[in-house]
Amino acid sequence: MAESNKVIAQLKPEDFRKVGIDEKDAEVIQRESLSAWQDAWQRLRQNKMAMTAMIIMILIVIMAIVAPHLVPYTYDSNDLMSTNKPPSSDHWFGTDDFGRDVFVRTWMGARISLIVGLAAALIDLIIGIIYGGIMGFFGGRIDTVMNKFSEILYSIPYLLVVIMLLVVLEPSLGTIILALTITGWINMSWIVRGEIMQLKNREFILASRSMGAGWKRLLFRHLLPNAMGPIIVTVTLSVPSAIFSEAFLSFLGLGVQAPVASLGSMISDSLTGWMYYPWRMLAPAIVISLTMLSFNIFGDGLRDALDPKLKK
Amino acid sequence: MFRYVINRFFHMVISLFVLISATFFLMKAIPGDPFTAEKKIPEQILQRLYAQYNLDKPVFEQYGIYLKNILQGDLGISMKMLNQDVSHIIGQTFSASLKLGVVAIIVAILVGITLGMLAALHHRKLIDNVAMVLAVLGIAVPSFVVASLLQYLLAYHWKIFPVMGFNGPMNYFLPVMALTASPIAVIARLTRSSMLEVLHADYIKTAKAKGLSWGSIVFRHVLRNGIMPVVTYVGPMTANIITGSVVIEQIFGIGGIGKQFVQAINTRDYPIIMGITIFYGVILMVARFLTDVAYVAIDPRIKLTQRKED
Repeated sequence: MAESNKVIAQLKPEDFRKVGIDEKDAEVIQRESLSAWQDAWQRLRQNKMAMTAMIIMILIVIMAIVAPHLVPYTYDSNDLMSTNKPPSSDHWFGTDDFGRDVFVRTWMGARISLIVGLAAALIDLIIGIIYGGIMGFFGGRIDTVMNKFSEILYSIPYLLVVIMLLVVLEPSLGTIILALTITGWINMSWIVRGEIMQLKNREFILASRSMGAGWKRLLFRHLLPNAMGPIIVTVTLSVPSAIFSEAFLSFLGLGVQAPVASLGSMISDSLTGWMYYPWRMLAPAIVISLTMLSFNIFGDGLRDALDPKLKK
Repeated sequence: MFRYVINRFFHMVISLFVLISATFFLMKAIPGDPFTAEKKIPEQILQRLYAQYNLDKPVFEQYGIYLKNILQGDLGISMKMLNQDVSHIIGQTFSASLKLGVVAIIVAILVGITLGMLAALHHRKLIDNVAMVLAVLGIAVPSFVVASLLQYLLAYHWKIFPVMGFNGPMNYFLPVMALTASPIAVIARLTRSSMLEVLHADYIKTAKAKGLSWGSIVFRHVLRNGIMPVVTYVGPMTANIITGSVVIEQIFGIGGIGKQFVQAINTRDYPIIMGITIFYGVILMVARFLTDVAYVAIDPRIKLTQRKED
C-alpha cells in the first residue's frame, strides 16, 4: 500500500497525456454482420451431436440414391438357388427367403421410406401453412370455427384413421402418403397459427400495415419468414414420425406391397425366421434406427440453434 | 372448471361420432357385401339374408340402425368367423391386452419419472448423459425392433425369459420392456426438463434456506411440481401403448385384441376391423378426456388462464 502511494506521489503533470474520444471508433464494425440464418448456422455448427446427425442423414440419403447401382442385382431379382444366405462377398448383407439381395433391398427400402417421410412432411407443411396461416392471420370467428374443426379431427386417433383409410383404399405409395397426411397436417397448422398470432401484434407489422401493406405482403413478406424457425424444426421432426408410421403400417400388411420394399416391410417380413437369419432384419433395422435417430437429433439441434432463448 | 369439463366432454362425443360415422361410410364404400362369395347364393336366400341384416334398406336407414346398435354395445357379427359376435370377440381377447397395457403404463410412469428425476438431480453428470442417450434411443428405435432384439438376446440366446406366450409372470417382462421403451424415454425427458426448471425456482431456494432435508425438498417440492407435464402425456401414452401392443402382441404371440386386429386386417374381416377401431377410439378419447380434466384439476395455476380462453 505504502509503496504504491509513493509512486503516485512521484507522478508529475507531464506524465499524463490526453487521449480524448475518437467518435469514428464507436462506429467501426468489429465483426462481419450476420443474418439471423448465418447466426443460427454458426450455433448449429458448434453442436457436435447435431452435426454428426446431419452427416449421417446426408450419407443415408446418398446411399439411398447411389447404393442400388453398386451391385449387379435389382431389388426384385431373385435367385432361388441361394436363399437365406449369410453376408458374403457376393451379397454384402446376405439374401432373403427369395434369394433377393438384402443390400439392394435395404437401400431401396430406405429410398421408399425417405420418399414417404419427405413427401408426407412436405404435404403437411403446405396444408399446415395455408390452414394455420388463415387461422392465425384472420383470427376471430374464422379462427374459432377452423380451430374447432381441426381439434375434432385431431382427437380422432391418428393411426386408426390411417389404418381405416388404407383398409379401404388399396395400399400403394400414393395412398400411404395420402393417408399419413389426412390428419398429419394439423400439428403444423397449430404451430403456424401460434407463431402468426404472436407475431402479428408486433411493431414491425404495425409499421408495415401503416405504410399500406396488403394482407398478401404482410403474410408472405413479414409473418411467414419470421415464423420459419419453428416451422422448419417441425418439418424435420415430422419426417421420422412419418417413416415410423409407414413401418408400423407395413407391419399390419398395409405398407407398400411386395416386391417393392420399405424398411418397415423388410423388418416385418424377416420376423418369422429372424432367429436363424438375423442379417435379414439387422440391416434394415439399423438403417431405420439410424435414420430416425439422426433426424430427431438434428431436429433438436436445429431448434436450439434457431431459438437460442429456449436453451438454458 | 365445470364449464371446461362439459366442453371437453362434448368435444369427445363429437369426435367419437365422427369416427363412428367415418368407419361406417368407409366400409360402405368398399365394393361387395358380406355375402359376396365364390359360390353363388340363390337369389331368394340372398334376399332373406339382406333382409335379416337390414342390408336391403337405404344407406341412411342402415346408418341409423348401426348407430343404435353401437349405443347398445352391439358391433355386428364377424364375416369370417361364423356367427361370432364382434363384441364377444373383443370381450374374449380384451383381458390379455388390458393386463399387458396396465402393467406397461404403470412401469412406464414409474421408471420414466425415476430416470428423469435422477438425470435432473445429477445434471450434466454421468447419470444424466446415460439417461438422455437412452431416452433418445427409446424415441428413435421403433418398438418392433426393440422387441425383436430383446426376444433374440434375452429369450433365444441367453434363455432368461420365455420367447413367446402369455401364461405366467415371466411372460410379462419382454413385451412390457418393448412397449415401454418409447413412453419411458418421453416421460424421462419431460420430467428432467421440468424438474430442472423447478430446481431453479425461488421457492426451492426458500425451502433450502429454511433448512428442509434433501428428501423433503426433492419429494415434496421438486417432484410434485416437476411431474405436471407428465400428466398431460398420459393420454398420448395410452395411444402409444395401444398401437404398440398391436405389433408387440403379434411378435410375442399374445392372444389380445391387437393380434385379433392384425388378423382381421389380413383377412379383410371388415366388421371386426370396424369394431376394434371404434373400441380403440373410445378408450383413447376417454383417456384424452380424463387427461385434460385431470390436468386442470391438479394444477391450480391453469384454471384462471383457461377460463379466459373458453
